[in-house]
Amino acid sequence: MITAERKPMDELIRCVRPYRSILLVGCNECVTVCAAGGRKEVGVLASALKMHFMKEGKPLEIQEVTLERQCDPEYVEELVPNIDQVDAVLSMACGCGVQEVARRFHNKPVFPAVNTKFMGSAERQGVWAERCQGCGDCVLGITGGICPVARCSKKLFNGPCGGSTNGKCEVDPSIDCAWQLIWDRLKTLGLLELYEENLPAKDWRPGGGMGPRRIIREDMAT
Amino acid sequence: MKTGSILEKILASGDLAITSECGPPRGSDANKVREKAEMLRGYVDGVNVTDNQTAMVRMSSLSACILLKQMGLNPILQMVTRDRNRLAMQSDILGAYAHGIETMLCLSGDHPHFGDHPMAASVHDIDSIQLIQMVKDMRDEEKFQGGEKIDGAPKMFIGAAANPFADPFELRVARLAKKVKAGVDFIQTQCIYNLDKFEKWMEGVRDRGLHEKVYILAGITPMKSVGMARYMKNKVPGMDVPDEVVKRLSGVPKDKQADEGIKICLETIERLKNVEGVRGFHLMAIEWEQKVPEIVERAGLLPRPGLTAENQ
Amino acid sequence: MEKFEPVIVAYCCHYCAYTAADMAGSMRLHYPPNIKIIRVPCSGKVDAIHILKALEKGADGVYVAGCLEGDCHFKNGNTKASHRVDYVKKLLDEIGMGGERVEMFEMSAGMGERFVQTTTEFTEKIRKLGPNPAKVALKKQRAAS
Repeated sequence: MITAERKPMDELIRCVRPYRSILLVGCNECVTVCAAGGRKEVGVLASALKMHFMKEGKPLEIQEVTLERQCDPEYVEELVPNIDQVDAVLSMACGCGVQEVARRFHNKPVFPAVNTKFMGSAERQGVWAERCQGCGDCVLGITGGICPVARCSKKLFNGPCGGSTNGKCEVDPSIDCAWQLIWDRLKTLGLLELYEENLPAKDWRPGGGMGPRRIIREDMAT
Repeated sequence: MKTGSILEKILASGDLAITSECGPPRGSDANKVREKAEMLRGYVDGVNVTDNQTAMVRMSSLSACILLKQMGLNPILQMVTRDRNRLAMQSDILGAYAHGIETMLCLSGDHPHFGDHPMAASVHDIDSIQLIQMVKDMRDEEKFQGGEKIDGAPKMFIGAAANPFADPFELRVARLAKKVKAGVDFIQTQCIYNLDKFEKWMEGVRDRGLHEKVYILAGITPMKSVGMARYMKNKVPGMDVPDEVVKRLSGVPKDKQADEGIKICLETIERLKNVEGVRGFHLMAIEWEQKVPEIVERAGLLPRPGLTAENQ
Repeated sequence: MEKFEPVIVAYCCHYCAYTAADMAGSMRLHYPPNIKIIRVPCSGKVDAIHILKALEKGADGVYVAGCLEGDCHFKNGNTKASHRVDYVKKLLDEIGMGGERVEMFEMSAGMGERFVQTTTEFTEKIRKLGPNPAKVALKKQRAAS
């Protein structure tokens, strides 16, 4: 999922201060899974903001809506009935959702309530770790299912580097050395000969850097 | 001979080669480079010039190499993949060769986390093994990494680093095999204190015939004090300092520890001379460069072939 | 000047804290009438939103009471509740409401006296802290308009 974390309260307070009423929009997908911007988090943030502004003597009206997701225009359309009643929108979705809402309601100020972090998965309850950086040319099949781009601090394709110590990365002893993991996995799979293949210099273009990437499904695009 | 490199000449002749290190200053004073390098004249065959070592900004390796070349010494250009993309690296390699620098070392580089600019973005457009491959193709295929022909190909003698002490051991031998496959000509190892472990690594290396495909220079760093030994044992990743070494240094009064450290260093060199596959030594006398001449002399490694660009 | 009587909301778990409150009652022990007890099947049922809404609606203090460490009828509901209370305390500090207005307590079913003691102490603590600042501001605003 795309992970995110709620912005610090003082930043959110500063951002909504100029407004008398806002639409606080959550998202039922990724940010729900990482407990950053789902229906629960919308409720908690709304209550906290309301109390803060009540205290300041400038009560803030908050409408709470949680969409199925904010990255599809069909769902964002569901905000139409609420939009004219508010001065601004505070979206708890990832950057994709915030932009889609801003695009649809281009006359309303739209603010992000979370900082979008990374694509990752759950290591255990309450802990999510980065797993993918969308490099556009997946090599997981030859690295035993461990990504050298997202999980190696130096994005080495022929690691480990000399700083790998006891299976941990030199940058932080709590971080597993990705290439140690790859070696161990390939060994388990009986595929160590894959390790000795030198992976050639990567073409970074599929990973971005030439403007926003797009996927067009010819069979589906209207 | 693949190149005109002095280091290649010496290694190819079967003699033991000796290299040392010169870390450029954290400023633009060229004299600091000259003073440090001058201490090594006549005692070593090549001088590594480090590249923003430990991710701290220093005068560039390339410019310090040029200063050494102007002094008539033989610099070895170190290049890390952390700070430059493939365009910049190829560009610098062409420039280095244009200045007569014919030997280089391909490394990944310490993470910026350790240095004075932890906020900087690392590049790592290519990794150290891809760099070895790239330099080899520039030399032998006379082509840029992108495929186009080079007008005046740089003939670099290509080196890399190896750490026989990090675990697991079999991974370290496999990694050397990868570097050999990529085209590396010589290797400088991490400094050696655990001779048993090093000999075990060499056994693995010889089992695969790698010692005949690459020249291995054993890394040597003399201990200045028991404090240094303890620090390197506990605080430096990938370093293996056996308890006996620490014990030996602590068993000697403080003012005698430096001498004991040199003694240990010389004993290490003697033992390594007899290890099949060791073709020379890489002396890294960190903050103690002035001891290199003494070590080389007492280790019976003088005179050096005295090959310079002028008298080859 | 009328004396400030705090309004305290107490989420008490059925198996321990609520039973302790019952025990206090049958022992004829006196505890402050300021407290409004809400029985929950387990303290782990209480989520951040329940605590925040209580404060939003005008409570001056909120506590969550569950079983003693290791004794939770549902294994570790009390541990979860404790972590959530810490989270809410931090959030309340960030918005200037004061994390001290929220607490987590642990007791066993037979601890009638402990129930009385924690309730009394908490009520006094809240009395000293003063009324819920959001409630005060809202009242003021309504009086002015």
